[in-house]
Amino acid sequence: MGKIVHKENLSENVFKLEIEAPIIARKRKAGHFVLIKIGDQGERIPLTISSANEQKGTISLVVQKVGVTSHKLAALKAGEEVTDVVGPLGQPTEIEHKGTVLCAGGGVGIAPLLPIVEAMKAKGNKVISVIAGRTKELVILENEIRAHSDELVIMTDDGSYGQKGLITAGMEEIIRNHTIDMAVTIGPAVMMKFTSLLTKKYNIPTIASLNTIMVDGTGMCGACRVTVGGMTKFVCVDGPEFHAHEVDYDELLTRLNAYNDAEQSALENFVKETDV
Amino acid sequence: MMNDPRNEPWREALRKSMKARERTLLERTAMNEVPAQTRRTNYDEVNTGYTAEMAVQESQRCLDCKNPTCMEGCPVNIDIPTFVKQIEARNFAEAAKTIKQTNIFPAICGRVCPQEAQCESTCFYTAKLNKPSVAIGNLERFTADYEQQSGHVHIPEIKTVNDIKVAVIGSGPAGLAAASDLAMNGYKVTIFEALHEFGGVLKYGIPEFRLPNSIIEQEISVLKEMGVTFIKNFIVGKTATIDDLKEEGFEAFFVGSGAGLPRFMNIPGENLIGVLSANEYLTRVNLMGAHKPGHDTPVLYGKKVAVIGGGNTAMDSVRTALRLGAEKAMIIYRRSFDEMPARKEEIQHAKDEGVEFLNLTNPVEYKSDDKGRVNKVILQKMELSEKDASGRRRPVPIENSEYEMDIDLAVVCVGVSPNPIIPQSITNLELTKWDTIQVDPEQFNSNIPGLFAGGDIVRGGATVILAMGDGRKASAAMHQYLQKQLVTTDN
Repeated sequence: MGKIVHKENLSENVFKLEIEAPIIARKRKAGHFVLIKIGDQGERIPLTISSANEQKGTISLVVQKVGVTSHKLAALKAGEEVTDVVGPLGQPTEIEHKGTVLCAGGGVGIAPLLPIVEAMKAKGNKVISVIAGRTKELVILENEIRAHSDELVIMTDDGSYGQKGLITAGMEEIIRNHTIDMAVTIGPAVMMKFTSLLTKKYNIPTIASLNTIMVDGTGMCGACRVTVGGMTKFVCVDGPEFHAHEVDYDELLTRLNAYNDAEQSALENFVKETDV
Repeated sequence: MMNDPRNEPWREALRKSMKARERTLLERTAMNEVPAQTRRTNYDEVNTGYTAEMAVQESQRCLDCKNPTCMEGCPVNIDIPTFVKQIEARNFAEAAKTIKQTNIFPAICGRVCPQEAQCESTCFYTAKLNKPSVAIGNLERFTADYEQQSGHVHIPEIKTVNDIKVAVIGSGPAGLAAASDLAMNGYKVTIFEALHEFGGVLKYGIPEFRLPNSIIEQEISVLKEMGVTFIKNFIVGKTATIDDLKEEGFEAFFVGSGAGLPRFMNIPGENLIGVLSANEYLTRVNLMGAHKPGHDTPVLYGKKVAVIGGGNTAMDSVRTALRLGAEKAMIIYRRSFDEMPARKEEIQHAKDEGVEFLNLTNPVEYKSDDKGRVNKVILQKMELSEKDASGRRRPVPIENSEYEMDIDLAVVCVGVSPNPIIPQSITNLELTKWDTIQVDPEQFNSNIPGLFAGGDIVRGGATVILAMGDGRKASAAMHQYLQKQLVTTDN
């Protein structure tokens, strides 16, 4: 359990790990996540399962280098082990036949979107996907998303690939030209704030998958709490997916910064130590 | 009773060696502890234990009552007079064996049990003489530590080993106690733990200054020697369901998955940065080692820390805050000292270490700086009403008594709801209106055949020893259930 069987870089700061986790590979559904920890002194962080191979007994995780733990993960090579992997956690995505589903993923959020795109398509929906990044090399998993989508639109902030513009611009164009029955949005919290505002304007039921700080990930610590529809919810056991229009994104954005100072200095120390 | 150990010659002689009156004149032997000013800056255990001389001296106070009422106060029925008299006879190893007949974890219970509300409250000294009770808890702890240090730890005897697989879900006090009794009865026991370390609340909840992790490790190693299999990072209900485990041959289940979701008060500002649950605060420190160099998990180091609540978790949190460098560490509790649910010893320790108590006070709102970090709490004064129908004096807010106080960290310890993962994963499992698992109060079986439960998943929020008691009673009922199954299949 936890052995890395394959690793590849998707962009400069984003990489994909395929790790041995046979039981999780068998049990996971779209929307599920795992908690991982590296070494005895590591922290526990949540990562959404991007895909799984039941025959090989592996799951794939797509990780962006942000803090100490993701940097430590990036430093591991194929054949090495992730000390602790536990899951699958959270509630799976409700996959139903809705008609036409708009799937919007930004940056590293494209990875957790992939299993949903796949499952929505398999359920007989028409899937229109929009994937976006600041620049060309941050648009990941294009072929995989394309393979399960009826249409695919790519957006980059700088126009280096696909169409130039924000993800919302690409989405709005699709919404105007199609009848959309449901939308799914995954990406940075600030992106989801605006994609939610957009689909709310058009009255499209929308699901957002939230990524928050967690410690245990099993409903114990409450670090992941968010306000949804005026109620406090726990992302680890009630989520990670919620009705996008009911999420208090400003609170989510604030809470993501809770440990910023400590994380920043820890990362600087880590980079300093590993460079020497 | 014919085989009453009280009638054994050594014990009769011991009773006669000192007059009962002389015994009652002895003062209760105080526990050794690290001075408050030293300990509030480190994580070393506060209570340092009795020496052998102190233990013998204390054991002499015990009158070896014919009708030992102390035992009535013990949820796991430890033969208290026998082990105490064995201490007096300096037969410490035997004393350990006596305790372990009914409680496999004396080093833990001797440290965290609320003895003053259990065995020590029904001790003859408290009940009849109006004197401090025999220090049963301190003696239990001494016995356990002595055995550990002697290097000859008694491993309980295992009856005929069978091939019946039994699953224990959760490695907290309820699960460990159930596993130990099931193993003694010869079953093949596997403990499934969701976290990356074993011990449940003993590990993530109770701080090391009260219960060192090494003590938990020792007790777990005894179970391992008894043949119990420990599997970590495995969430029953997620990684595998009860039905999956049945397919793998498990024939009975004990659910000790514990308390889960922290409760909050639903007041404005509770989701600000720097307002967190006791579970989060304590887990970051106790389980993740956030305060130790080289550990990746961060923790907020508050200078002015408000801890909301009056239970043991609140005392653990506020004393943790001191050790993390708080200049001002406060308990904010809506009732008074008399109603405080924490152990008296813990309250005293907190006072000694410089914790401020703002009793009859309740938070009504948190405020923040422009970055969303908590910087103030608005407090309201409370008064206690006359006793209501339940016999409790309810705290009532005093109008227009609100005032602001500067804080930079608030730890909310107002209780927990049961962990939802197992209840959600089993169809038709009967729950109570509090979402705890509905079990028979004696047998601890749920409405699902072969599925038993105990500890906080049943009680909602109780003590370590009550959880252990549940685990033991449930495992006895599981034994009966499995034996009956065996007979049915044989026929």
